[in-house]
Amino acid sequence: MSGKKKSLEFSSNTLPAMVTVGPVVVIMTLLIAIPLIFVAVMSFCSIDEFYNIQFQFTADNYLRLANPDYVKIYVQSLFIAFFTTLLCILIGYPFSFVIARVKGKYKKILYMLVIIPFWTNSLIRIYGWRSFLGTSGWLNSFLMKVHLIQEPLDLLYKNGTTILGMVYCLIPFMILPLYTAIEKLDDSLLEASSDLGAHPAKTFVNVVLPLTAGGIFSGSLMVFIPCLGYFFVSDILGGGNSDVIGNLIERQFQSGNNWPLGAALSIVLILVTLIIVKIYQRLGGDMDALGV
Amino acid sequence: MRKGKKIQKLSVVFCTFVYIFLFLPISVIVVNSFNATTTKPYMSWKGFTLEWYAKLWENTSLLESFGNTMIIAVVSTCLATAVGTLAAVGMYRYKFKGKGLIDGLLYIPVVIPEIVLGISLLTIFAQVNIPRGMLTLILAHVTFCIPFVIFNVRARLYGYDNSVEEASLDLGANRIVTFFKVTLPILSPGILGGALLAFTLSIDDVIISYFVYGQTKTYPLKVMESVKSGVAPDVNALSTLILIGTILFVVLTQGDFFKKKRLQED
Repeated sequence: MSGKKKSLEFSSNTLPAMVTVGPVVVIMTLLIAIPLIFVAVMSFCSIDEFYNIQFQFTADNYLRLANPDYVKIYVQSLFIAFFTTLLCILIGYPFSFVIARVKGKYKKILYMLVIIPFWTNSLIRIYGWRSFLGTSGWLNSFLMKVHLIQEPLDLLYKNGTTILGMVYCLIPFMILPLYTAIEKLDDSLLEASSDLGAHPAKTFVNVVLPLTAGGIFSGSLMVFIPCLGYFFVSDILGGGNSDVIGNLIERQFQSGNNWPLGAALSIVLILVTLIIVKIYQRLGGDMDALGV
Repeated sequence: MRKGKKIQKLSVVFCTFVYIFLFLPISVIVVNSFNATTTKPYMSWKGFTLEWYAKLWENTSLLESFGNTMIIAVVSTCLATAVGTLAAVGMYRYKFKGKGLIDGLLYIPVVIPEIVLGISLLTIFAQVNIPRGMLTLILAHVTFCIPFVIFNVRARLYGYDNSVEEASLDLGANRIVTFFKVTLPILSPGILGGALLAFTLSIDDVIISYFVYGQTKTYPLKVMESVKSGVAPDVNALSTLILIGTILFVVLTQGDFFKKKRLQED
C-alpha cells in the first residue's frame, strides 16, 4: 500500500521537478561540468608548432609546472593572498563591529556607503589607485608640496601595491559576512558576560569571537581564493613584479597560446581551491554562508 | 565612562579612515573627469573643464561598449533570476537523484577563481565552434549569476510554510497559479536580492568576459584596453556619470525601502 502511494507521489512530482530544476541542470552541465572536465583533459594534451592542440596523452605540462620560475609565483601568490586576507580581517572586523552595532537610521546609510564604491567598475577603481600612488600622483605631489620628501616615492609595482589593490577589491567580501554575523550577536550575552565580571577582552575572546568565527571563515575564503586569480590587479598595480597564478594562466591563454599548459595551471588552481574549501569545512564553515 | 568615550572616539576615527580608503580611488576618477589635461597619462591637473563630458557623446565605441554591458546585464539577470528561482523552489521541494551533484556544481562558480571559469568556457566555446560575442558573453554571465540567485532565494525558503501552498491547491488553484500568486510573492525579497546581486556581478565582470568576448566589447573590457595607455578622461567622465546614476538609484529605492520597513515595524 505504502509502496504504491510513494510511486504515485513520485510520478505526480516528476513533471514539476523537471520543469523547475531541468533548466539549471542543463546549464550547469553544459557550461560548468563539461568545460571543467574538458580543461582537465586538455591539461594532458600538447600543442604542435602552429599552436594546435594535439589530443595525445602526455604529462609534460605537469612536469613543466615544477619550473622554478613558476614555483616562485605560486609562493608569491599564496603570500599575497595570505596578507590580503589578514589585512581584510584586521580592517574589516573592527569596522564591521562598529557599523553593525550603530543604532538608528544611520546604520543603513553606513552599510550602503560600503557597497556604493563597488558599483563603480573595479578596473577603473584600481586605476584610480595607480593615479593616486604614481610618481606624479596626488600622494607624491602632496608630500612634495609640504616638503616631507624631495623626490617622488616609488610606490607602484611592488608586492605591497598589489596587496593594497587586492584588499581594496575584496574587502567587501570580508565586511559583509562579518556584518551579518556581528549583527546577529545577542546584546544580552555580552551583558551577561560583563555582569558576571568578565573583562571586556575576555568577553571578546570567549563570547564574541566564537560567535562570529563563522563570518571570519567565510570572509577569509571569499577573499583568499579570488586573490590567486585576480590578474588585472597585479597587472595594473604590480606591473609584472608581483604576479599571481592568474597571470600565469592568462598569459598561456592570451599571448602565450599554450592552452594545454594553461589548463594544467588551472587544474593546480582548482586543487588549491579544493584544499582551502576542505579546510573551511573542517573548521565548521557552512557552504550556504557563501555567496549570499 | 571616560574609557567608553575614548573607545567611541577611536572607532569613529578608525571607520572614517576606512571610508576614506574606500572612496579615495573614486574621488581620483571623479576629479580627473574634470581635468583639462590633454597629454597622456592624463594625471597632472591642468584646470577645470566640462569638455570630457561633451566629448563623451562623440566616443561611439565607448558608448557602444556601455550599451553592450547594459544589454548583457539585463538579459543575463532576467534569465539567471528565472532559472535560479525555479531551481531553488524545485530543489527545496522535490527529492530526486543527483540532487547532491547539482548542489555541488552550484558552489563551483561561487568558490572557484573566475579565471578558471573564464578559460574553461573559452576552451569549450572554441572546441564546439561557437563564435565569441554577445551570445557567449550572455551564456557566461547567466552561468556565474545563477548560483547567487539560487542561494538568495534558498535563504528565503528556509522556514517557508508549505501549508500556504497546500491551502491554495485545496482551494482549487492549479500549480501554476499557485506558483505565481502564492509562492513568488512570498519569495520576492530573496528573488530581488538575488537579481540585484546578479546585475551587480554582471556589469562589473572583467575576468570571465575577458576570455569570451570576441568582437563585442563590454564597458569593463573597454576600460581594460585603455588602462594600458592611461585611462582617458572621457572614460572617467562616463564612470562618474555611472556612479551618480547608481547613487541616485540607491537613494530612490532605499528611501522607499525605509518607509516600508517602518510601516511594518509599526
